Order: sequence, then structure tokens, then C-alpha cells
Amino acid sequence: MNASGLVVEAEALTRRFGDFTAVDGVDLHVERGAVFGFLGPSGSGKTTVIRMLCGLLRPTGGTGRVAGFDIGREAERVRENIGYMSQKFSLYADLTVRENLEFYGGVYGLERERLAERIEEVLHRLELESRSHRLTAELPLGWKQRVALGAALLHQPPILFLDEPTSGVDPASQRLFWELLDDLTAGGTTIFITTHTMDEAERCGRVGVMYGGRLIANDTPERLRGSFAGVLYHAEAEPLLVALEVARSLPGVEDAVMCGSALHVTAVREEPERLRSGLEAGGLRVREVRRIAPTLEDVFVQLILRSAAGLIEAGREEVAE
Amino acid sequence: MTRQHAPAVRVSGLRKAFGDTAAVAGLDLRVQPGEIFGLVGPDGAGKTTVFRLLLGLLRPDAGEVSLAGFDVGKQPQQARARTGYVAQQFTLFGALSVAENMQFVQRVRSLEPATARQRTDELLRLTGLQRFHSRLARDLSGGMKRKLVLACALLHRPPLLLLDEPTTGVDPVSRREFWRMLYELSAEGVTLIVSTPYLDEAERCGRLGFMAGGRLLALDTPTGLLGHMPDALVQIRTPARLEARRRLQARSDVRRVETVGDALRVAYDPGADLEDSRELGRWLAAQGIPVEAVEPQTPTLRDVFSALSDRGDPA
Repeated sequence: MNASGLVVEAEALTRRFGDFTAVDGVDLHVERGAVFGFLGPSGSGKTTVIRMLCGLLRPTGGTGRVAGFDIGREAERVRENIGYMSQKFSLYADLTVRENLEFYGGVYGLERERLAERIEEVLHRLELESRSHRLTAELPLGWKQRVALGAALLHQPPILFLDEPTSGVDPASQRLFWELLDDLTAGGTTIFITTHTMDEAERCGRVGVMYGGRLIANDTPERLRGSFAGVLYHAEAEPLLVALEVARSLPGVEDAVMCGSALHVTAVREEPERLRSGLEAGGLRVREVRRIAPTLEDVFVQLILRSAAGLIEAGREEVAE
Repeated sequence: MTRQHAPAVRVSGLRKAFGDTAAVAGLDLRVQPGEIFGLVGPDGAGKTTVFRLLLGLLRPDAGEVSLAGFDVGKQPQQARARTGYVAQQFTLFGALSVAENMQFVQRVRSLEPATARQRTDELLRLTGLQRFHSRLARDLSGGMKRKLVLACALLHRPPLLLLDEPTTGVDPVSRREFWRMLYELSAEGVTLIVSTPYLDEAERCGRLGFMAGGRLLALDTPTGLLGHMPDALVQIRTPARLEARRRLQARSDVRRVETVGDALRVAYDPGADLEDSRELGRWLAAQGIPVEAVEPQTPTLRDVFSALSDRGDPA
């Protein structure tokens, strides 16, 4: 770590595979003790960035430092100073919780006494003591997730990379997991986490969004929500599917989608009466039109669709998928 | 009641126990044709058991299930012919192409080839999979795999579709796209039952049944469920988050404390002996914990879910 307190510093980070540019000039700065949420659809370059930051893949352009070490020249030091946990927690099902921790401690090169001490600390901190002799295969997913987190923490890395760590885990276990992350960041550990769940993105201090190999947004969840272009309305009208078509055809309407038994309509300007009368003119019975605050998901979708449209215009590539 | 006007799903007095554990402890439910009904709740709430009972894969200890007017116990074939199932896992053949997977389902379901071909075209159009029809299923992206599973489940035109966490682990753009198709199906009259513990999916359903401990704790629209919030809420901003959380969690009138960004979201007993909603902030400040802001909050669906999950937890 350097004097500025940055645990991740990347400047113009780039990775090409042949003619294909997977990551294209990404600047990234993450402070000590922060929770950085890294979002983006599959194929956006997210995983390639993480592999570079973890010292597993050399950049073909730009520079990066993680925990104070250069990701190109000092990749091995980088790997020693990070913890990594992926959505497919690579635990050994036939080993007990404690045996898994012993195994990973060995991998991280912890010497015996230190390892024994750290295992006790980790078991205690993650409230795994009572289950330390259970076979990993027998544990529910939420517990496996904690064991995997424990394994990534044994060597006390200053930064943890978590790749969709809570995918498939129910909300109650997710909540516990985030409480653990909160404890860690309070102690100065930095968290770099990917997720597709906006609920989790909301809990991050900052959120970066990748698309087409570029970092297209990087801000706090609050400011990202504030950056939504246009005005969002919740509109209830019957019949709903006709209302959807009518809403989409109205001037000043950028987008309309269904949400439960209502529509969410993005308009360029704040003119709720115009939306209401437009729907009524289409022969619809309008029950309600009210302005609502955009969620992080609304912002994310808008960012991606606008970037995709920009890329198509520039003739660079097709929309994802 | 005639079959045409029968509820899409009718469940009465349904019970199923495994040993001493009552997985489903008396469930009554009616879902109307064309509804998108969300069966929500934490893991272990009994959602999966309900699905297995609806699919006729398990026999209930008591109670009845009928789908589109057919009793699952007494007329299993008729009920099954009217049900499609979209499992959470990828249930198709990776080494077969999109089109071949659909042909496979056609044979398993013994569908008439000409009709099935026409339906396949319709479904490939609906899901946007046309231009990938000869791509191997294993080479599809996560979002497209889900669409293929959906298309296969719809091949026999079931009026009822059961979906288990259909968009878990899918990015928000693909999730929206997938739900757009579900709304189209619903508009055509197909009934959809979605089982999920996730808010991202639940808030898109027309009506929600919240399950915990094998029972339905609440049954309402997503907006209506907000009225089921048993706790009061306040958000407290403090630089000493960890210490503040510990102290708050030790209070008997505080039910939950969650970190949201750099603030704590605190759910507490609305009947607690507090002067007003800012009292908890003053209490922390009086103990020397710096408090920057205290703001009362209106509940979101997520708050209601957390509260109901805790309530359903016997512990």
C-alpha cells in the first residue's frame, strides 16, 4: 500500500487477445477499507480486469498496482497479498471445514503455528467453531460460502476479491455475509466484489460498471441513481400490455417496461399530465401516474443500453449476446 | 365450476412433513389464470416442497392440489400435460444445438411434429433465439440458456408454468429481457408461478405469497406487502459504524441492524418506549458515539422480507 491509501491503482489498463480488445483503457482507484462493487454483463471485460488485478494475467497496456505491488512486474507478490473467492467456492467436499482451512493455509504458505492460530481466529470470527468437524459437503450453501471466505482470509490479505460470492445464497445468509464484510472493512480490509444483484450493489461504497471493455461509470450508488437521465414514472393503466405499446409510442418517452402490475416509464421531461393524457388518448383507463426514484437497476440498464447504442452507431460491435 | 373457469392453481389444506419437520404446514392458495404469482421466502421456507407437490413429484400427507381443474393426485397425466417447468439448473443437453434440444423435448412429450415445428418457430421468435438455432447449447451465454429452457418448457403450450429462480445470476439487462417475455406470456393467459428468495424477481410479480416455516405469512401485491411491515425503521449515519451496530444489536427493542453504504439501517419494535424516531440516534450520541444524521425511513420490499423471514424463524 502506498501513502495515498490506495489499494488498487490502475491507469489505462488494457488487455488484447489477438485482434480483440477485452479491456480498453480502464482507470480504477480503490481506497483502503472501501467496498468497491464491480458490475457488468457477461462478456463486458469484468473477469479479465479481475484476473489482471490478481496477478494472473499480464496487461498488454497501461499499468496497475495492487496492495502496493506492480501487477505486471511483481505478479507473484500481488498474488501473495490478495485473497480471492469465486462463486464456485473451490472447497474440498470430502474434507471437514477445518481440513479445508488447513489445506488452504498450506497453499498460502503459512507456517504451522501461525496457521493453527489463524484457523482458530477465522473459525471464531465467522462463527464456524461448532461446525469445524463437519464435512463440507454436508453444509448448506450459506455456510460453505463462509468457509470459502475464511480460506481467503487466512493469510490476512489487505484486499479481498470476491467474484459473485453470494450467487444462489438466500437473502438471510447474504445479510450475514455482508455483516462479516462490514467487520473486515472496519478493520481496514479492502473489498472488491462483483455481483448481478442490485440489492448488493447498493451496499457498496462505490460502484463501477463495465461494458464493451470500458469502465462506463464509477461513482457512489447515491450519485449513480442521481445520474439517471430523464424522469421515471410508475403508471397503472388498463389493459396493461396495450398501455405499454401506447406509452412507448408517446413523444418524449424514452423507454417503458412492465413491472409487476404497473409500467415504469422513462420520460425526457417531467410532465406527468402529458403522460396521463397520452395514455388516456390511447383509450386506456389510467389509475395512477406518479414519479418514482430510479433504482440502481434502472441506472444500470440505461447505462448499458446507451453504451450499446453508441457502439452500434460507431460500428464497433453488436449488442451483448 | 367448469374447467375453463377453474383457478389455474387451487391448493387447500396442503401438508407435507419429512420426519418431524413440517415442510408445508397447511397451505391454502388460489391463483387465477394469467396471474404472475411469486412464491417467496428464505431457503427452507417450504417453497421447493410446494413446487414438488404441484408437479406431482411428491404425495401430500393431507390436502389437495388441482391445476387447471385437474386433481394432481387423481388425474396426474392431465395435470402434467398442462404444466411446464423451468428449473433453476440448466436442464438441457449442452452438446445438442438449440433446435435439437427443442426436437428432443418434442419427442419426449410426444408432440405432433408439424404443430411442434410451428410452435418452435414462435418460441424462437419470442426468445430472440432464432439466429442461434444451430448453436450448441453449451456455447450460449447464461441469459440465453435460460431462454432456451423457457422455450422448451413452453413447447407443449402449457397454460401453467412453474419457474424456479428463473433469473438468478443473470445481469439486469438480460433479467429485464427475460421478464418481458414472461409478461407477454401472462398477457396471453398463461399462469406463471415463480419461486424465488430474491427481491429482484419478487417485485416483478403481480401478487406475492410470503412463505416461512412451511406457512404463508402474507399474501398481497408487492405494494400491498409494504403494509405488512411489522417494524419501524430509521437510518443512522455514523463514522463509528461497527461500535454503533454492536450497541444497537444489544438492545431488546432493536430487531435488525444492516449496513447500507456508510449508514446503518435499524429496524426496531414500533411499540418500544422511545420518545420519537430519532431517539436511537440520541441514545448513541449520549454514549459518546458520533452521530452525523438520523433519518426515519419508509419500508421497502426488502425490509418487509427481512422482517417476515425473522418472524418465520422459530429461533
